[in-house]
Amino acid sequence: MRDGSYKTIIRDGLWDNNVILGQMLALCPLMAVTGTATNGLGMGLASTSVLVVSGMAVSLIRKAVPQEVRIPAFVLIIAAIVTLLDLAMNAWLHELHKVLGLFIPLIVTNCAILGRAEAFASRNRVGDAMLDGLMMGLGFTIALMVLGAVREIIGSGTLFSGASLLLGEPFLFLETTVIPDYRGFLLFILPPGGFIAMAFVLAAKRIIDKRLAGDADADVLPGRIQPVDEGA
Amino acid sequence: MSTPPPLVGGPYLKQSPSVTAIMGLVMVALAPATLYGFYQFGWPAINLFVVTVASAWLCEAGVLKLTRQPLLPAVGDGSALLTGWLLAMTLPPWAPWWVGVMGSFFAIVLAKQVFGGLGQNLFNPAMVARVILLISFPVQMTYFVAPLPLGDLGAPGFLDGLAITFGFGVSGVDAVSSASILGHIKTELGQGVSWSTAFREAFEMRGMIFGTVPGSLGETSAPLLILGGMLLLGMRIITWHIPLAMMGTIAIMAGLFNVIDPLHYPDAWVHLLSGATVLGAFFIATDLVTSPSSPLGKIVFGVGCGALAYIIRTWGGYPEGIAFAVLIMNAATPLIDRYIKPRVYGRTTNGKPLEYGGGEK
Repeated sequence: MRDGSYKTIIRDGLWDNNVILGQMLALCPLMAVTGTATNGLGMGLASTSVLVVSGMAVSLIRKAVPQEVRIPAFVLIIAAIVTLLDLAMNAWLHELHKVLGLFIPLIVTNCAILGRAEAFASRNRVGDAMLDGLMMGLGFTIALMVLGAVREIIGSGTLFSGASLLLGEPFLFLETTVIPDYRGFLLFILPPGGFIAMAFVLAAKRIIDKRLAGDADADVLPGRIQPVDEGA
Repeated sequence: MSTPPPLVGGPYLKQSPSVTAIMGLVMVALAPATLYGFYQFGWPAINLFVVTVASAWLCEAGVLKLTRQPLLPAVGDGSALLTGWLLAMTLPPWAPWWVGVMGSFFAIVLAKQVFGGLGQNLFNPAMVARVILLISFPVQMTYFVAPLPLGDLGAPGFLDGLAITFGFGVSGVDAVSSASILGHIKTELGQGVSWSTAFREAFEMRGMIFGTVPGSLGETSAPLLILGGMLLLGMRIITWHIPLAMMGTIAIMAGLFNVIDPLHYPDAWVHLLSGATVLGAFFIATDLVTSPSSPLGKIVFGVGCGALAYIIRTWGGYPEGIAFAVLIMNAATPLIDRYIKPRVYGRTTNGKPLEYGGGEK
């Protein structure tokens, strides 16, 4: 049984059914780590690797696990993978690990990962499941990075600060100061700013979707808010 | 389609005043304290006020245009002007212009229009803006100056005022930067000085009553604010429940702790006359949209505001807590309204219809 073609899987993961912007899952790590674009990128990539590996593992054992105990089995698999990732990051990306701290172990409880295991990987072939994990993860990463960038620019006037810690010295050029002599706007570093920025990013996605759908009057007008039509 | 002339008898109900009339009355009530603030803090305060109110109005018009709603009557009813006005009164008088503009933006766009405009907002827009500004720009938002009344020697003239507010040119004025009463007491208490020593060496009671002390633009003069509040009470725009409950709670808590430990807890007068207590009790907590509708609910709301304000002032990280207290109680307002419902006309408090001619049974 297959849920559509590769193209559908890619489109779903990156845009239509984006973890953050479409499914509105994993908002807790989102608010906590997107103070800078670099942190968002790091968290996104860590979650992506977990998504790919867990997708593969869950898909491989999908016929061996009885329906009744599938959730504990999925959680165990995810927890094992996250533990590996946590130790690996602590060893090789120690600085970033210190920044992301508690949120790496908490990837276990990230609803998006269990959600994909349950909704997709446990019903599809290994290749599809891995591709879905990769695309969902990349979509998640992009959303985290965009939100992190918005909050970082408004909140502290920089972009990708600390990127060399994550990606290595060659990426020092990414670290830019967007607004020189900026005094900082603390609200956007704090969680309330995360919610406000998130609301504007969501609104932007809605407008783009409507434009794509060819609605000439694409702006969301308060007077005529249409019922949310998410499909099945 | 013609309808016959209505054949109705009394009792007639007087129509309640329109939104514009209410907003206008509140502005009239605010005017004395505002003018006194202008006099006290001079041209920079006037500039900041104009910038804040004008940008609030422009934000309102801008959002309406962007969302293709009719500009009238929303931009004409004065609600945006009043929000900007209230916000300006809670700002440090010599704050730079962008503090006022950003504050107005947050008040009108984020706190009011995003929720659906006038009457739809959950939180008091002016207080949302003030809290956002305070958290984000602590330096600018706690820069208080000692009053330099207009016309005094050394008070900033018009051009100096422009220089202070807009930051271009060089102002020849040396302002005496100075802590507000609550800020000063908090700092000194942290260093082990008793509050009364700290208070006496920096302020005198008379100054605090009449408002010749450092503070926000429109918060320092208690008598003029109370005068405005009385006008609102007299015109029945607000009721006595919230102001009395709020100030009473602050007074009782302050008095109680002052009796228990006179060295560490300032007495009730300091709490009542400093900071935003009077402005908050009469003009901010009583906002019709964001406070409960029943009398008992209003009392609960006022007591909550007062208690939270006192707790935040005394044990919290910030010296002033009125804005936080009002916002927290705003969030509790739907709950209060749900549990304390006013009796509907013609029904009992349980919602059952009254017995017809019930007196005979």
